[in-house]
Amino acid sequence: MAKKILIVGGGLAGTIVANGLCRQLGKELRANEVNITMLGNDERHMYQPGLLYVPFGRIREKELFRDQTSVLDRRVNFQIDPATKIDAQSKTVTTDSGKTYEADYLVIATGSRLRPDTVPGMVEGAHWLYDLPGARKMREALEAFDGGKIVINVNAPHKCPMAPLETTFMLHDFLAERGLGDKSEIMYTYPIGRLHSLEPVGHWTAGQFEKLGIKSETFFNAKSIDPEKKIIYSEEESEVDYDLLITIPPHNGAEVITDSDLGAGGWVPTDRESLLHEGTTDVFVCGDTTNLPISKAGSTAHFEADTIIDNLVSLVNEGCMARKYDGKVFCFIETGLKEGTYVWFNYTTPPNPGPPGQMLHWFKLAYNRLYWLSARGLL
Amino acid sequence: MGNRTLIDAKGAFCPGPLMELIAGLKLVEIGDEIEVLSTDEGSAMDIPAWVDKVKHETVGIDQEGEVWHIVVKKMK
Repeated sequence: MAKKILIVGGGLAGTIVANGLCRQLGKELRANEVNITMLGNDERHMYQPGLLYVPFGRIREKELFRDQTSVLDRRVNFQIDPATKIDAQSKTVTTDSGKTYEADYLVIATGSRLRPDTVPGMVEGAHWLYDLPGARKMREALEAFDGGKIVINVNAPHKCPMAPLETTFMLHDFLAERGLGDKSEIMYTYPIGRLHSLEPVGHWTAGQFEKLGIKSETFFNAKSIDPEKKIIYSEEESEVDYDLLITIPPHNGAEVITDSDLGAGGWVPTDRESLLHEGTTDVFVCGDTTNLPISKAGSTAHFEADTIIDNLVSLVNEGCMARKYDGKVFCFIETGLKEGTYVWFNYTTPPNPGPPGQMLHWFKLAYNRLYWLSARGLL
Repeated sequence: MGNRTLIDAKGAFCPGPLMELIAGLKLVEIGDEIEVLSTDEGSAMDIPAWVDKVKHETVGIDQEGEVWHIVVKKMK
Protein backbone atom coordinates (compact mmCIF):
# COMPACT_ATOMS: atom_id res chain seq x y z
CA MET A 1 0.00 0.00 0.00
CA ALA A 2 1.39 3.43 -0.97
CA LYS A 3 2.74 5.56 1.87
CA LYS A 4 0.77 8.80 2.00
CA ILE A 5 2.58 12.06 2.67
CA LEU A 6 0.22 14.97 3.29
CA ILE A 7 1.45 18.56 3.33
CA VAL A 8 -0.90 21.15 4.81
CA GLY A 9 -0.03 24.59 3.45
CA GLY A 10 1.02 25.83 0.01
CA GLY A 11 3.44 28.59 1.00
CA LEU A 12 7.21 28.47 0.71
CA ALA A 13 7.79 25.82 3.40
CA GLY A 14 5.22 23.37 2.10
CA THR A 15 6.23 23.94 -1.52
CA ILE A 16 9.94 23.31 -0.93
CA VAL A 17 9.11 20.14 1.04
CA ALA A 18 6.80 18.86 -1.71
CA ASN A 19 9.28 19.57 -4.49
CA GLY A 20 12.25 18.17 -2.57
CA LEU A 21 10.38 14.96 -1.81
CA CYS A 22 9.54 14.54 -5.49
CA ARG A 23 13.20 14.97 -6.45
CA GLN A 24 14.37 12.31 -4.00
CA LEU A 25 11.45 9.86 -4.22
CA GLY A 26 11.09 9.70 -8.01
CA LYS A 27 11.47 5.92 -8.16
CA GLU A 28 9.00 5.39 -5.33
CA LEU A 29 6.49 7.78 -6.91
CA ARG A 30 6.72 5.98 -10.26
CA ALA A 31 6.18 2.63 -8.54
CA ASN A 32 3.21 4.01 -6.57
CA GLU A 33 4.95 3.22 -3.31
CA VAL A 34 4.52 6.83 -2.19
CA ASN A 35 2.04 9.56 -2.97
CA ILE A 36 2.29 13.22 -2.03
CA THR A 37 -0.72 15.51 -1.53
CA MET A 38 -0.68 19.21 -0.74
CA LEU A 39 -3.65 21.13 0.62
CA GLY A 40 -3.47 24.84 -0.16
CA ASN A 41 -5.85 27.76 0.02
CA ASP A 42 -4.81 29.70 -3.10
CA GLU A 43 -4.13 28.90 -6.74
CA ARG A 44 -1.36 31.52 -6.65
CA HIS A 45 1.97 31.43 -4.82
CA MET A 46 3.08 34.79 -3.49
CA TYR A 47 6.67 35.95 -2.99
CA GLN A 48 6.08 37.68 0.35
CA PRO A 49 9.41 39.57 0.65
CA GLY A 50 8.44 41.42 -2.54
CA LEU A 51 5.73 43.24 -0.59
CA LEU A 52 8.48 45.42 0.89
CA TYR A 53 8.88 47.13 -2.48
CA VAL A 54 5.17 47.72 -3.21
CA PRO A 55 4.58 50.88 -1.12
CA PHE A 56 7.66 52.49 -2.69
CA GLY A 57 6.61 51.64 -6.23
CA ARG A 58 9.73 49.51 -6.74
CA ILE A 59 7.97 46.33 -7.91
CA ARG A 60 4.99 45.53 -10.09
CA GLU A 61 2.36 43.45 -8.32
CA LYS A 62 2.35 40.76 -10.98
CA GLU A 63 6.00 40.02 -10.11
CA LEU A 64 4.85 38.79 -6.69
CA PHE A 65 2.79 35.91 -8.02
CA ARG A 66 3.10 32.66 -9.97
CA ASP A 67 0.51 29.93 -10.37
CA GLN A 68 1.13 27.39 -7.65
CA THR A 69 0.90 24.60 -10.23
CA SER A 70 3.82 26.13 -12.14
CA VAL A 71 5.96 26.21 -8.99
CA LEU A 72 4.99 22.75 -7.78
CA ASP A 73 6.26 19.44 -9.17
CA ARG A 74 3.52 17.95 -11.31
CA ARG A 75 3.69 14.72 -9.33
CA VAL A 76 2.21 16.48 -6.28
CA ASN A 77 -1.54 16.07 -5.94
CA PHE A 78 -2.35 19.73 -5.25
CA GLN A 79 -5.80 20.52 -3.93
CA ILE A 80 -7.10 24.04 -3.31
CA ASP A 81 -9.10 22.95 -0.28
CA PRO A 82 -8.04 24.61 2.97
CA ALA A 83 -7.73 22.47 6.06
CA THR A 84 -10.33 23.18 8.71
CA LYS A 85 -9.26 20.59 11.28
CA ILE A 86 -5.95 18.78 11.78
CA ASP A 87 -5.78 15.73 14.03
CA ALA A 88 -2.06 15.23 14.59
CA GLN A 89 -2.47 11.97 16.52
CA SER A 90 -4.41 10.17 13.82
CA LYS A 91 -2.79 12.20 11.02
CA THR A 92 -6.19 13.04 9.63
CA VAL A 93 -7.08 16.38 8.07
CA THR A 94 -10.59 17.63 7.35
CA THR A 95 -11.04 20.33 4.73
CA ASP A 96 -13.36 23.13 3.72
CA SER A 97 -15.08 20.93 1.13
CA GLY A 98 -15.86 18.33 3.79
CA LYS A 99 -13.28 15.80 2.62
CA THR A 100 -11.06 13.88 5.02
CA TYR A 101 -7.46 13.10 4.17
CA GLU A 102 -5.48 10.44 6.01
CA ALA A 103 -1.71 10.29 6.00
CA ASP A 104 1.20 8.16 7.05
CA TYR A 105 3.35 11.28 7.33
CA LEU A 106 2.01 14.76 7.90
CA VAL A 107 3.77 18.09 7.33
CA ILE A 108 2.13 21.12 8.91
CA ALA A 109 3.22 24.26 7.05
CA THR A 110 0.31 26.61 7.58
CA GLY A 111 2.26 29.83 8.02
CA SER A 112 1.35 32.93 10.02
CA ARG A 113 -1.12 35.78 9.70
CA LEU A 114 -1.42 39.40 10.74
CA ARG A 115 -3.58 40.25 13.77
CA PRO A 116 -3.94 44.06 13.78
CA ASP A 117 -7.42 43.45 15.24
CA THR A 118 -5.78 42.48 18.54
CA VAL A 119 -4.66 46.09 19.15
CA PRO A 120 -7.59 48.52 19.55
CA GLY A 121 -7.48 51.20 16.87
CA MET A 122 -4.77 49.55 14.75
CA VAL A 123 -7.03 48.52 11.87
CA GLU A 124 -8.53 52.02 11.66
CA GLY A 125 -5.41 54.04 12.30
CA ALA A 126 -2.37 52.22 10.95
CA HIS A 127 -0.80 51.12 7.67
CA TRP A 128 1.26 48.00 7.05
CA LEU A 129 3.00 46.32 4.13
CA TYR A 130 2.89 42.73 5.33
CA ASP A 131 -0.03 41.82 3.07
CA LEU A 132 -1.02 43.04 -0.39
CA PRO A 133 -4.11 45.06 0.54
CA GLY A 134 -2.08 46.74 3.29
CA ALA A 135 0.86 47.42 0.99
CA ARG A 136 -1.46 49.02 -1.60
CA LYS A 137 -3.10 51.21 1.05
CA MET A 138 0.33 52.22 2.33
CA ARG A 139 1.43 53.12 -1.21
CA GLU A 140 -1.59 55.44 -1.56
CA ALA A 141 -0.87 57.03 1.81
CA LEU A 142 2.78 57.64 0.89
CA GLU A 143 1.76 59.10 -2.46
CA ALA A 144 -0.47 61.59 -0.64
CA PHE A 145 2.06 62.36 2.10
CA ASP A 146 3.52 65.85 1.85
CA GLY A 147 5.51 66.05 5.06
CA GLY A 148 5.12 65.41 8.77
CA LYS A 149 5.92 62.70 11.31
CA ILE A 150 5.90 59.05 10.27
CA VAL A 151 6.06 56.48 13.05
CA ILE A 152 7.08 52.89 12.33
CA ASN A 153 5.81 50.76 15.20
CA VAL A 154 7.04 47.18 15.54
CA ASN A 155 5.14 44.58 17.56
CA ALA A 156 5.85 41.02 18.68
CA PRO A 157 5.67 38.41 17.33
CA HIS A 158 6.16 39.08 13.63
CA LYS A 159 7.66 37.40 10.60
CA CYS A 160 10.55 38.73 8.55
CA PRO A 161 12.57 40.37 11.34
CA MET A 162 14.52 42.60 8.94
CA ALA A 163 11.55 44.10 7.10
CA PRO A 164 10.77 46.77 9.73
CA LEU A 165 14.31 48.18 9.44
CA GLU A 166 14.31 47.81 5.67
CA THR A 167 11.02 49.71 5.55
CA THR A 168 12.53 52.49 7.65
CA PHE A 169 15.67 52.88 5.53
CA MET A 170 13.77 52.67 2.27
CA LEU A 171 11.25 55.22 3.58
CA HIS A 172 14.10 57.59 4.44
CA ASP A 173 15.47 57.39 0.90
CA PHE A 174 11.96 57.59 -0.60
CA LEU A 175 11.17 60.82 1.25
CA ALA A 176 14.54 62.29 0.28
CA GLU A 177 13.90 61.45 -3.40
CA ARG A 178 10.58 63.27 -3.24
CA GLY A 179 12.13 66.35 -1.63
CA LEU A 180 10.31 65.68 1.65
CA GLY A 181 13.37 64.81 3.74
CA ASP A 182 13.56 68.22 5.42
CA LYS A 183 9.78 68.39 5.92
CA SER A 184 9.53 64.96 7.54
CA GLU A 185 10.52 63.15 10.69
CA ILE A 186 10.78 59.38 11.00
CA MET A 187 10.43 57.67 14.35
CA TYR A 188 10.92 53.94 14.94
CA THR A 189 9.59 52.05 17.96
CA TYR A 190 10.73 48.56 18.98
CA PRO A 191 9.44 46.13 21.64
CA ILE A 192 12.72 45.44 23.48
CA GLY A 193 15.51 47.59 24.87
CA ARG A 194 17.45 47.99 21.61
CA LEU A 195 16.64 48.65 17.96
CA HIS A 196 16.68 45.04 16.81
CA SER A 197 16.53 41.60 18.38
CA LEU A 198 20.00 40.82 16.97
CA GLU A 199 22.47 42.76 19.10
CA PRO A 200 24.98 43.57 16.33
CA VAL A 201 22.16 44.70 14.03
CA GLY A 202 20.78 46.83 16.86
CA HIS A 203 24.19 48.51 17.39
CA TRP A 204 24.69 49.09 13.69
CA THR A 205 21.18 50.50 13.36
CA ALA A 206 21.76 52.96 16.20
CA GLY A 207 24.70 54.40 14.25
CA GLN A 208 22.67 54.55 11.04
CA PHE A 209 19.72 56.21 12.74
CA GLU A 210 22.00 58.88 14.19
CA LYS A 211 23.57 59.49 10.79
CA LEU A 212 20.19 59.73 9.07
CA GLY A 213 18.39 61.68 11.81
CA ILE A 214 15.86 58.90 12.51
CA LYS A 215 14.42 59.03 16.01
CA SER A 216 13.51 55.99 18.05
CA GLU A 217 11.92 54.70 21.22
CA THR A 218 12.66 51.22 22.54
CA PHE A 219 10.69 49.18 25.07
CA PHE A 220 7.51 50.13 23.17
CA ASN A 221 4.72 47.59 22.62
CA ALA A 222 1.48 48.96 21.17
CA LYS A 223 -1.45 48.83 23.58
CA SER A 224 -3.94 50.94 21.62
CA ILE A 225 -4.17 53.58 18.93
CA ASP A 226 -6.40 56.64 18.81
CA PRO A 227 -6.93 57.22 15.08
CA GLU A 228 -8.68 60.56 15.69
CA LYS A 229 -6.00 62.09 17.90
CA LYS A 230 -3.29 60.18 15.99
CA ILE A 231 -1.61 58.88 19.10
CA ILE A 232 -0.26 55.39 19.78
CA TYR A 233 -0.17 54.28 23.40
CA SER A 234 2.22 51.60 24.72
CA GLU A 235 2.02 48.90 27.35
CA GLU A 236 4.98 50.71 28.92
CA GLU A 237 2.70 53.75 29.52
CA SER A 238 4.34 55.90 26.90
CA GLU A 239 2.60 57.67 24.01
CA VAL A 240 3.77 58.81 20.60
CA ASP A 241 1.94 61.15 18.23
CA TYR A 242 2.07 60.68 14.45
CA ASP A 243 0.88 62.07 11.13
CA LEU A 244 1.23 58.71 9.40
CA LEU A 245 1.49 55.42 11.27
CA ILE A 246 3.10 52.33 9.78
CA THR A 247 2.88 49.27 11.96
CA ILE A 248 4.22 45.72 11.95
CA PRO A 249 1.15 44.14 13.57
CA PRO A 250 1.41 41.26 16.02
CA HIS A 251 1.06 37.89 14.26
CA ASN A 252 -0.61 34.59 15.05
CA GLY A 253 -0.39 31.19 13.39
CA ALA A 254 -3.18 30.02 11.09
CA GLU A 255 -6.69 29.75 12.48
CA VAL A 256 -6.84 26.01 11.72
CA ILE A 257 -4.06 25.44 14.26
CA THR A 258 -5.99 27.03 17.13
CA ASP A 259 -9.26 25.47 15.92
CA SER A 260 -7.50 22.09 16.07
CA ASP A 261 -6.07 22.75 19.57
CA LEU A 262 -2.60 22.25 18.16
CA GLY A 263 -0.97 25.24 19.78
CA ALA A 264 -1.75 28.49 21.56
CA GLY A 265 -1.72 31.45 19.21
CA GLY A 266 -1.45 29.07 16.25
CA TRP A 267 2.15 28.11 17.05
CA VAL A 268 2.69 24.34 16.98
CA PRO A 269 4.99 22.88 19.68
CA THR A 270 7.97 21.61 17.67
CA ASP A 271 11.23 19.89 18.57
CA ARG A 272 14.02 22.32 17.65
CA GLU A 273 16.26 19.69 16.03
CA SER A 274 14.02 16.99 14.59
CA LEU A 275 11.25 19.47 13.62
CA LEU A 276 8.73 16.85 14.73
CA HIS A 277 5.56 18.06 16.39
CA GLU A 278 6.21 17.33 20.05
CA GLY A 279 4.89 13.95 21.08
CA THR A 280 4.85 12.53 17.54
CA THR A 281 7.21 10.52 15.38
CA ASP A 282 5.70 11.20 11.96
CA VAL A 283 4.26 14.72 12.03
CA PHE A 284 6.66 17.47 10.97
CA VAL A 285 6.20 21.21 11.34
CA CYS A 286 7.82 23.67 8.98
CA GLY A 287 8.04 27.43 8.58
CA ASP A 288 6.30 30.20 10.49
CA THR A 289 3.85 27.96 12.30
CA THR A 290 6.40 26.30 14.58
CA ASN A 291 6.69 27.60 18.15
CA LEU A 292 10.48 27.58 17.86
CA PRO A 293 12.33 30.61 19.31
CA ILE A 294 13.74 31.37 15.88
CA SER A 295 13.18 33.98 13.17
CA LYS A 296 9.98 33.54 11.21
CA ALA A 297 11.62 34.02 7.82
CA GLY A 298 11.76 32.52 4.36
CA SER A 299 15.27 31.26 4.87
CA THR A 300 14.26 29.54 8.09
CA ALA A 301 11.45 27.80 6.21
CA HIS A 302 13.91 26.82 3.50
CA PHE A 303 16.54 25.34 5.82
CA GLU A 304 13.87 23.59 7.91
CA ALA A 305 12.31 22.18 4.75
CA ASP A 306 15.66 20.79 3.59
CA THR A 307 16.00 18.95 6.90
CA ILE A 308 12.44 17.62 6.78
CA ILE A 309 12.87 16.40 3.19
CA ASP A 310 15.96 14.38 4.15
CA ASN A 311 14.26 13.01 7.25
CA LEU A 312 11.06 12.04 5.46
CA VAL A 313 12.95 10.29 2.65
CA SER A 314 15.01 8.43 5.24
CA LEU A 315 11.90 7.44 7.19
CA VAL A 316 10.15 6.18 4.06
CA ASN A 317 13.14 4.17 2.83
CA GLU A 318 15.08 3.26 5.96
CA GLY A 319 12.69 3.75 8.85
CA CYS A 320 14.92 6.26 10.63
CA MET A 321 15.68 9.96 10.70
CA ALA A 322 18.59 11.38 8.71
CA ARG A 323 19.73 14.57 10.39
CA LYS A 324 18.99 17.47 12.71
CA TYR A 325 18.16 21.08 11.97
CA ASP A 326 20.92 23.33 13.27
CA GLY A 327 18.81 26.50 13.60
CA LYS A 328 20.25 28.21 10.52
CA VAL A 329 18.72 31.52 9.42
CA PHE A 330 19.99 33.82 6.66
CA CYS A 331 18.57 37.28 6.05
CA PHE A 332 19.27 40.01 3.55
CA ILE A 333 18.93 43.56 4.86
CA GLU A 334 18.09 46.39 2.47
CA THR A 335 19.79 49.39 4.08
CA GLY A 336 18.21 51.87 1.66
CA LEU A 337 17.00 51.97 -1.91
CA LYS A 338 20.50 51.30 -3.25
CA GLU A 339 22.55 49.32 -0.68
CA GLY A 340 22.20 46.12 1.32
CA THR A 341 23.92 43.60 3.55
CA TYR A 342 23.13 40.18 5.08
CA VAL A 343 23.40 38.26 8.32
CA TRP A 344 23.32 34.54 9.16
CA PHE A 345 23.35 32.58 12.40
CA ASN A 346 22.26 29.26 13.89
CA TYR A 347 21.66 27.83 17.35
CA THR A 348 25.39 27.95 18.18
CA THR A 349 26.85 30.64 15.89
CA PRO A 350 25.98 34.24 16.74
CA PRO A 351 25.12 36.76 13.98
CA ASN A 352 27.77 39.08 12.52
CA PRO A 353 26.45 41.31 9.69
CA GLY A 354 28.92 42.81 7.24
CA PRO A 355 29.04 46.43 6.04
CA PRO A 356 26.37 47.44 3.49
CA GLY A 357 27.22 47.66 -0.17
CA GLN A 358 25.71 48.05 -3.58
CA MET A 359 26.66 44.53 -4.67
CA LEU A 360 24.63 42.92 -1.89
CA HIS A 361 21.65 45.12 -2.72
CA TRP A 362 21.86 43.94 -6.34
CA PHE A 363 22.13 40.35 -5.16
CA LYS A 364 18.95 40.83 -3.11
CA LEU A 365 17.23 42.23 -6.21
CA ALA A 366 18.45 39.18 -8.14
CA TYR A 367 17.13 36.92 -5.38
CA ASN A 368 13.70 38.55 -5.80
CA ARG A 369 13.71 36.75 -9.18
CA LEU A 370 15.70 33.66 -8.09
CA TYR A 371 13.19 32.95 -5.27
CA TRP A 372 11.11 30.91 -7.73
CA LEU A 373 14.03 28.52 -8.17
CA SER A 374 14.21 28.11 -4.39
CA ALA A 375 10.50 27.35 -4.19
CA ARG A 376 10.92 24.76 -6.95
CA GLY A 377 13.74 23.15 -4.98
CA LEU A 378 16.42 24.07 -7.52
CA LEU A 379 18.31 26.63 -5.43
CA MET B 1 -2.34 29.29 41.28
CA GLY B 2 -2.07 29.85 37.51
CA ASN B 3 -0.53 27.63 34.88
CA ARG B 4 3.14 27.80 34.00
CA THR B 5 4.35 27.75 30.38
CA LEU B 6 7.95 27.03 29.43
CA ILE B 7 9.73 28.99 26.71
CA ASP B 8 13.03 27.31 25.85
CA ALA B 9 14.97 30.19 24.30
CA LYS B 10 18.43 28.69 24.81
CA GLY B 11 20.63 29.64 21.84
CA ALA B 12 17.94 31.96 20.52
CA PHE B 13 19.43 35.03 18.80
CA CYS B 14 16.38 36.25 16.90
CA PRO B 15 13.85 37.20 18.00
CA GLY B 16 15.50 36.43 21.36
CA PRO B 17 14.29 35.57 24.86
CA LEU B 18 12.61 38.88 25.70
CA MET B 19 10.67 39.05 22.43
CA GLU B 20 9.61 35.43 22.97
CA LEU B 21 8.39 36.37 26.44
CA ILE B 22 6.47 39.41 25.13
CA ALA B 23 4.79 37.20 22.53
CA GLY B 24 4.15 34.45 25.06
CA LEU B 25 2.48 36.77 27.57
CA LYS B 26 -0.15 37.59 24.93
CA LEU B 27 -1.23 33.95 24.94
CA VAL B 28 -1.63 33.30 28.67
CA GLU B 29 -4.12 34.48 31.28
CA ILE B 30 -3.60 36.92 34.15
CA GLY B 31 -2.10 34.97 37.03
CA ASP B 32 -0.28 32.51 34.73
CA GLU B 33 3.49 32.25 34.78
CA ILE B 34 6.03 31.88 32.00
CA GLU B 35 9.47 30.39 32.62
CA VAL B 36 12.06 31.51 30.08
CA LEU B 37 15.25 29.50 29.61
CA SER B 38 18.04 31.59 28.15
CA THR B 39 21.76 31.26 27.48
CA ASP B 40 21.97 35.01 26.85
CA GLU B 41 23.45 36.75 29.88
CA GLY B 42 21.74 40.04 28.95
CA SER B 43 18.32 38.42 29.39
CA ALA B 44 18.80 38.23 33.14
CA MET B 45 18.76 42.04 33.15
CA ASP B 46 16.61 42.89 30.10
CA ILE B 47 13.69 40.71 31.06
CA PRO B 48 13.24 41.98 34.65
CA ALA B 49 13.73 45.56 33.39
CA TRP B 50 10.90 45.21 30.89
CA VAL B 51 8.70 43.25 33.31
CA ASP B 52 9.06 46.07 35.80
CA LYS B 53 8.16 48.70 33.16
CA VAL B 54 4.91 46.99 32.20
CA LYS B 55 4.05 46.02 35.79
CA HIS B 56 4.12 42.25 35.51
CA GLU B 57 6.02 40.38 38.22
CA THR B 58 9.45 38.74 38.09
CA VAL B 59 8.89 35.70 40.27
CA GLY B 60 12.46 34.44 40.23
CA ILE B 61 15.79 34.31 38.40
CA ASP B 62 18.13 31.33 38.76
CA GLN B 63 21.27 30.32 36.95
CA GLU B 64 22.18 26.69 36.34
CA GLY B 65 25.50 26.51 34.52
CA GLU B 66 25.10 28.55 31.36
CA VAL B 67 21.32 28.63 31.53
CA TRP B 68 19.22 31.34 33.18
CA HIS B 69 15.73 30.41 34.37
CA ILE B 70 13.57 33.51 34.55
CA VAL B 71 9.99 33.17 35.79
CA VAL B 72 7.51 35.95 35.08
CA LYS B 73 3.91 36.23 36.26
CA LYS B 74 1.31 38.02 34.12
CA MET B 75 -0.34 40.63 36.32
CA LYS B 76 -2.54 42.55 33.91
